[in-house]
Amino acid sequence: MDDVKTPTSEERKTALSGLGTSRKRVEDARFTQGKGNYVDDIKLKGMLFGDFVRSPVAHAKIKKIDTSAALALPGVHAVLTAADLEPLGLHWMPTLAGDKQMVLADGKVLFQGQEVAFVVGDDRYAVADGVALVEVEYDELPVVTDPFKAEMESAPILREDIADQKEGAHGPRRHPNHIFTWESGDKEGTNKVLDEAEVVADEMVYYHRTHPCPLETCGCVASMDKINGKLTVWGTFQAPHAVRTVASLISSIPEHNIRIISPDIGGGFGNKVGVYPGYVCAIVASIVTGVPIKWVEDRMDNLMATAFARDYWMHGKISATKDGKITGLWCHTTADHGAFDACADPTKFPAGFMNICTGSYDIPVAYLAVDGVYTNKAPGGVAYRCSFRVTEASYFIERMIEVLALKLGMDSAELRSKNFIKKEQFPYTSALGWEYDSGDYHKAWNKALEAVNYKKLREDQAKQLELFRSGKSRKLIGIGLSHFTEIVGAGPVKNCDILGLGMFDACEIRIHPTGSAIARLGTISQGQGHATTFAQILASEIGIPASDITLEEGDTDTAPYGLGTYGSRSTPVAGAATAMAGRKIRAKAQMIAAYLLEVHDDDLEWDVDRFVVKGAPEKFKTMKEIAFASYNQAIPGVEPGLEAVSYYDPPNMTYPNGAYICVMEIDVDTGVSEIKKVYALDDCGTRINPMIIEGQVHGGLTEALAISMGQEIAYDEQGNVMTGTLMDFFVPTAWETPNYETDFTETPSPHHPIGAKGVGESPNVGGVSAFSNAVHDAFKPFGLTQAHMPHDHWRVWKIAKDLGLHN
Amino acid sequence: MEKINVSLKVNGKDETLSVEPRTLLVHALREHLEYTGAHIGCSSSHCGACTVDMNGKSVKSCTIFAPQAEGADILTVEGISTPDKLHVIQEMFKEHHGLQCGYCTPGMIMRSYRFLQENPNPTEEEVRFGISGNLCRCTGYQNIVKSIMAAASKLREEANVEKKEIA
Repeated sequence: MDDVKTPTSEERKTALSGLGTSRKRVEDARFTQGKGNYVDDIKLKGMLFGDFVRSPVAHAKIKKIDTSAALALPGVHAVLTAADLEPLGLHWMPTLAGDKQMVLADGKVLFQGQEVAFVVGDDRYAVADGVALVEVEYDELPVVTDPFKAEMESAPILREDIADQKEGAHGPRRHPNHIFTWESGDKEGTNKVLDEAEVVADEMVYYHRTHPCPLETCGCVASMDKINGKLTVWGTFQAPHAVRTVASLISSIPEHNIRIISPDIGGGFGNKVGVYPGYVCAIVASIVTGVPIKWVEDRMDNLMATAFARDYWMHGKISATKDGKITGLWCHTTADHGAFDACADPTKFPAGFMNICTGSYDIPVAYLAVDGVYTNKAPGGVAYRCSFRVTEASYFIERMIEVLALKLGMDSAELRSKNFIKKEQFPYTSALGWEYDSGDYHKAWNKALEAVNYKKLREDQAKQLELFRSGKSRKLIGIGLSHFTEIVGAGPVKNCDILGLGMFDACEIRIHPTGSAIARLGTISQGQGHATTFAQILASEIGIPASDITLEEGDTDTAPYGLGTYGSRSTPVAGAATAMAGRKIRAKAQMIAAYLLEVHDDDLEWDVDRFVVKGAPEKFKTMKEIAFASYNQAIPGVEPGLEAVSYYDPPNMTYPNGAYICVMEIDVDTGVSEIKKVYALDDCGTRINPMIIEGQVHGGLTEALAISMGQEIAYDEQGNVMTGTLMDFFVPTAWETPNYETDFTETPSPHHPIGAKGVGESPNVGGVSAFSNAVHDAFKPFGLTQAHMPHDHWRVWKIAKDLGLHN
Repeated sequence: MEKINVSLKVNGKDETLSVEPRTLLVHALREHLEYTGAHIGCSSSHCGACTVDMNGKSVKSCTIFAPQAEGADILTVEGISTPDKLHVIQEMFKEHHGLQCGYCTPGMIMRSYRFLQENPNPTEEEVRFGISGNLCRCTGYQNIVKSIMAAASKLREEANVEKKEIA
């Protein structure tokens, strides 16, 4: 008779589908069958709908709001205005950035699309009729849309509520339209280096206003149960726990009587971090009417009113020796925050982590100042698929490198290589104070250049340029290079909080008697596949197959407190909490196994899914056996059950990095660009699920393509939004989107329990520079140094025209 | 507003609805019949999240009034499979990571369902053009295209097997 073979460690490891496997997603069975549960799918008994009357103008006093005709309409139940919210103290609300924001227009409006009144009715149609019948009389005021004009003496005062307030949330204010000035680094030292430098490049780099535009817009269903005093809100919340705390603070409803549930979320990308007037109005309306209220914005509302991103004017100076060694970096940023400062940044960082703007380079001295100003535009300033202001910082330095290379007459690939932080310098403290955890930039860069055959690309480009110059072709080729260093995983409680809430995260695990498990986290997936990947982390830590682990997030009544999912913080923070909670489970399991095997704890060693007696491989207890024992054995000194919770305060941020290269062909006469190649090498530390990483990179690159090549929130001088629909706001289709080549190096984070750094946002951070640099590179031979994004066909055509290439 | 009756067939089942004439098909499907697979992303025909099959054609149900579907045969994502047996396209989306947040997915799958009947043997370029009325913000389309190409190949194999069996 054949022996029944015991599976080897390797076979048992494979059976777990743990770290490093391209496990298929557990979410997909529901989503492919239309069985997702998004906010707009929620239907409660007696539920009414709410929607806004919005301001058609960008700046005006409100003379009168007449709601009588709307209220007279059958099907309309209530119309809320600021006057109704004022007695509750809810006509204004705090923003995440230490400012306050009108929930409903309080005497004036400050941007087009601003919420003026909230109409509640039987269904969407009745509400739309009601909205149309609310009459608002506006007395228009002069408009400021240019942030450089906001602080002029003649500028109209936007925020009359704080006009005389000399001290803001982030220091002194020098003008009623000035929000803050934030400085980082060594001003004098940097100026001295710049003054004495052999070469200085000086450029204004604009990162235009855009919008995260997830396919599902923002919305919620608020339900106040007056009998038990409990408020439940289902909403598109990227940070459900923080929303609960904020809701409690502003509504005075005790926190235990508020339950926030983030169901399935149809993409977030930063759009769903903030607290919006719609949430407040739905809650108030539910309290007033006693029935559940649904509010879901439409696409135009979404693009006009909730959460723009970027809008940074970054003036830079970078100095170097003649042979290309960078000696200093200076940056002054003018940040257009719109009508309220509603940025979603950690409290101490009013310009986010813009001070990662030294990028991947060893720059001895640097200085950064950011001026935030008010304009008549929508509030926001969210991190659109990036950690706080990191795309801006990365784009800035990657443009400055290109401009410096031009000035030096040096190949920018070589200039980068010459100035990268070296592998042996990690952990590396940057001139602006961050401690980079790990990286091998030279290895990644060389691998990337080799993979695309950089030398050959430059030769082909030169040949095409010859054809153009000799009149045989009207096309140019641009090669866009980009190396980025992100700073993600906010973050250490000592310097990262939002509204005073430390930015730790948490995981709670319960092992069932039969050896399967449930884990709950403080984060919330919006497509990242947490239910798949966090189970993989646990599978490797506790030896239970990923398929036997249920993951739950997003319900504040059941999940442990955490700060949510944005800024690529889920893997660095909650992923770490998951591993640490798993290790607690394992520590207890070891004690149980020792008891069962009648040996000392130290006589056991962990082997994939079991504890084995050292030197006696036939004596072991599997995790499954241990789980059952934890429920049925009276073990002296050990509590029954097998559960653990970990609240993880990360010791540092993580620093994912990568090398991206884009090859683009540009038609000089039409401005039409065609992407010929995109190569993206990412180093996100330990790779949990390569399939999901690759998918994240594809998606992030496509958002980067959109942003750099056409997507913007544009305003005219009267403050009218020019790009309020998907007709004008560029979202690439499958037709415009290229195929991407992905690659990786793997430099684990030394301080993260499993060495993972996070990846979801890297491709947006690195991608924008690669695409934009390609456009610049194509026109470099004709003297182009800087052209502002987005590089849509018209703007590219205009570059060619201005360079005299159409003659 | 006065309501009117609309009779139609949804996923093989006869339905009669009493709706305001201005009711959009997507609201009729989602809110009256509780087929919430079709999603609303733009309400202006741009994003395709609401794509369903109507009389053998892909339509964006956010820009069709329910009364225009009088007598129509509608198929939504809920109608192409059973929990025990997914449609090949659904299987391939799972297999090739053709979805992330899942919001565009029902529309994308219903468009693919119709597209692969219009063109059972497409090139990658034809797939990209064929689904260009459906936006996805998460995947960058690469794995969606891969999923549809794989589904096309599987469906052709199945059709060949059937042909042979008949022969």
